[in-house]
Amino acid sequence: MKRVVVGPFNRVEGDLEVTLDVEGGAVRAARVCSPMYRGFEQLLAGKTPLDALTIVPRVCGICSVAQSAAAARALASAMGLEAPANGRLASDLVRAAESAADHLTHFYLFFMPDFAREAYARRPWFDAVQARFQAVRGSAAAEALEARARLLDLMGLLAGKWPHTLALQPGGTSRAVLPHEKLQLLLTLRAFRAFLERTLYGDALERVAALDDAAALAAWRDARPAGASDFAAFLRVADDLGLERYGRAHDAFMSVGAYGPDGAPWLAPGVYDGALHPLDPASIDEDVSHAWLADDVPRHPAQGVTRPAPDKPGAYTWCKAPRLGGRVVEVGALARQVVAGHPLARDLVARGGGNVLSRVAGRLLELARLVPEMERWVAALAPGEPFCADGALPDEASGVGLVEAARGGLGHWLEVRGGRIHGYQIIAPTTWNFSPRDAGGQPGPLEQALTGLPVGDGEAAVLVQHVVRSFDPCMVCTVH
Amino acid sequence: MPGDSSAGGRLNVLWLQSGGCGGCSMSLLGSKAGDLHRTLAGAGVELLWHPSLSEASGAEALEVWRACADGRTRLDVLCLEGAVLRGPAGTGRFHLAAGTGEPMMAWVRRLAARARQVVAVGTCAAFGGMSSGGGNPADACGLQYEGDAPGGLLGAEWRAPDGLPVVNVAGCPPHPDWMVETLVALGMGALGPADLDRLGRPRAYADQLVHHGCPRNEYYEFKASAHRPSDLGCLMENMGCKATQAHADCNTRLWNGSGSCLRGGFACIDCTAPGFEEPGHPFAATPKVAGIPIALPIDMPKAWFVALAALSKSATPRRVRENAVADHPLVPPGIRTAGRK
Ligand code: SF4
Ligand code: SF4
Repeated sequence: MKRVVVGPFNRVEGDLEVTLDVEGGAVRAARVCSPMYRGFEQLLAGKTPLDALTIVPRVCGICSVAQSAAAARALASAMGLEAPANGRLASDLVRAAESAADHLTHFYLFFMPDFAREAYARRPWFDAVQARFQAVRGSAAAEALEARARLLDLMGLLAGKWPHTLALQPGGTSRAVLPHEKLQLLLTLRAFRAFLERTLYGDALERVAALDDAAALAAWRDARPAGASDFAAFLRVADDLGLERYGRAHDAFMSVGAYGPDGAPWLAPGVYDGALHPLDPASIDEDVSHAWLADDVPRHPAQGVTRPAPDKPGAYTWCKAPRLGGRVVEVGALARQVVAGHPLARDLVARGGGNVLSRVAGRLLELARLVPEMERWVAALAPGEPFCADGALPDEASGVGLVEAARGGLGHWLEVRGGRIHGYQIIAPTTWNFSPRDAGGQPGPLEQALTGLPVGDGEAAVLVQHVVRSFDPCMVCTVH
Repeated sequence: MPGDSSAGGRLNVLWLQSGGCGGCSMSLLGSKAGDLHRTLAGAGVELLWHPSLSEASGAEALEVWRACADGRTRLDVLCLEGAVLRGPAGTGRFHLAAGTGEPMMAWVRRLAARARQVVAVGTCAAFGGMSSGGGNPADACGLQYEGDAPGGLLGAEWRAPDGLPVVNVAGCPPHPDWMVETLVALGMGALGPADLDRLGRPRAYADQLVHHGCPRNEYYEFKASAHRPSDLGCLMENMGCKATQAHADCNTRLWNGSGSCLRGGFACIDCTAPGFEEPGHPFAATPKVAGIPIALPIDMPKAWFVALAALSKSATPRRVRENAVADHPLVPPGIRTAGRK
């Protein structure tokens, strides 16, 4: 048996190292390491609770608004405060824009460039894919970045700036929208839709969102001439390389639910493992048996502690291992769409579980569904009505903020004592997906997804990258 | 070949990340300069490697780092994003560079010794930033500062071969233009010691105050102040705004199209300054003594401020007074109908 260390992984957010035990040309076991620790949970202790709004976005520059939203929710729940409809819509729009920008960045900048690598030079699609998607040189990156920058104009208007806004408040948002600004928001979304329909999909968003099973997806792909759709180009590559056969994890999917009023979100919360179950956040705990953190029993995050123990034997990462009722679950756009019951996502998962194809398709399906939804939210904004409610924070309180970031469920657990933050625990999406083994030896989702994967030279060397990137990891979030 | 030390006229840039959030890079990707890669290439900037943009991964990426570290590839500019993590106990093990087993701190030191120029991207890399807040659990510091104390990883005396200290493109995150323009200026050989302020920040943006161009200036003049998030009034008196002391051009060079912190309805927290992460008071509240904010506008004597504030408060027009505490203008400016032809 041979041990291979892979890192630094680039085109992921932050630092990542993977250790593979290889035998007979395949991965026997994988260990995922997040090699950086800053200690945000520690540095929040003792602060004025509202300071979390300034501090936690800096956990992560790629999902900074999701962090803001989770903090705002945790504070709102501690204050017993509910945002007016405008505040909720504006904050949903800001979060959706961040997610949409993320999905776009992931596809064009992080994921597709791997198919332009020399390892694939013999594949019939190679020249076209290289011209389009090669890192830095490909024609797609510039177009995607321009569309992304234009989409983020929505952030400038609704949130002042991105990343690291303070506009998302417990009571709503700090930036009311005037009637003419509603039109600007619509025009911004129209421009983004035009890019997606012309370039990414080569079709109307509604038609992509209406694809209801794998056969419909294949027929849709075959009907798009080469060069007319970047999504179809990916689907052709995926078909040729058999990407649906790689990267399967535990096939239990979790979503905390996203967008819209509490109790009736647009994307429903739940757990899906072939059947749909309700989500019980009380059954979440974090195990630190293989993390460089002081050993203890698995704890619910409301009672969680974070104490570095860099010399701990048997530990191999700074990431904790969150489990749901003891189970390993996968989070992300695919999980959200599967839990919410989208027929295409459900069919892809029924056929091959979570895998490189279904995760990427799940993300692009979500993007196609999200933008028309955002247009409806803009239309529902009511200038003149309030955007932010007032409230006071009791000196003794606790709060929870659960939101869906682009990469999956994000949770903040806040404990206030004597008017100060006493405890603050964060479980980020990649903490779920890239968690290490737990005390029972269960590997985390990526560790499982890499097990059995062929490794070697040429194409077999790039496969690991596809599997890792299919999760769109965000390491700075993971360990905060 | 890219990065070949024989290729003249190019600025070889290696961009590393350490104890930060990646937000500086994310901000950079929002550049309105159109095709970012072409903009940089046009100025002769060659990105040898950037963690989110480059193709090379794993061993190939490490080969780029090694070639720079041992002088096989000419390294013109080392960019570091994120603070240097020195903990635990000075070992740097809170950030081991993936795939190397070595602290990132050691890589940064080694590469900085080869680089013709070192750029701290963002307030973390410049001064420690948010990563050094609270009790500073990871023992984070900047490249040449720890807060506003010179020192940091490289030491106060460190100078590039041509005399420049570490260039601190401070901001949390920096505006994309601040980063692009700094790299372009370096590519053109147009950034000298006189172009940096006392804290190593490019004067191109740091010689301004965020207060300049703020759309709330009329409210400021009359001390018509916001009381709650989403109020339109001046954010200085109650909401913690430091725009009158913060060095940046955020209100004349807008963010994401039409934005700035103040335009977004929230306070400037002076994110380009050392120590912004620990203001000594809640971020969104203005500390006061006897009703007067303790941090007054830079260059302004307290007596004058107090006298002018009292006068202007008594002269506040109804429009300004009422709109200051609303989330959209309730009273429009009057229209003069008489006396003109
Ligand atoms: S300076 Fe701010 S945006 Fe940049 S890495 Fe540090 S926390 Fe993130
Ligand atoms: S307005 Fe102030 S806090 Fe906001 S980005 Fe500019 S300098 Fe930083």
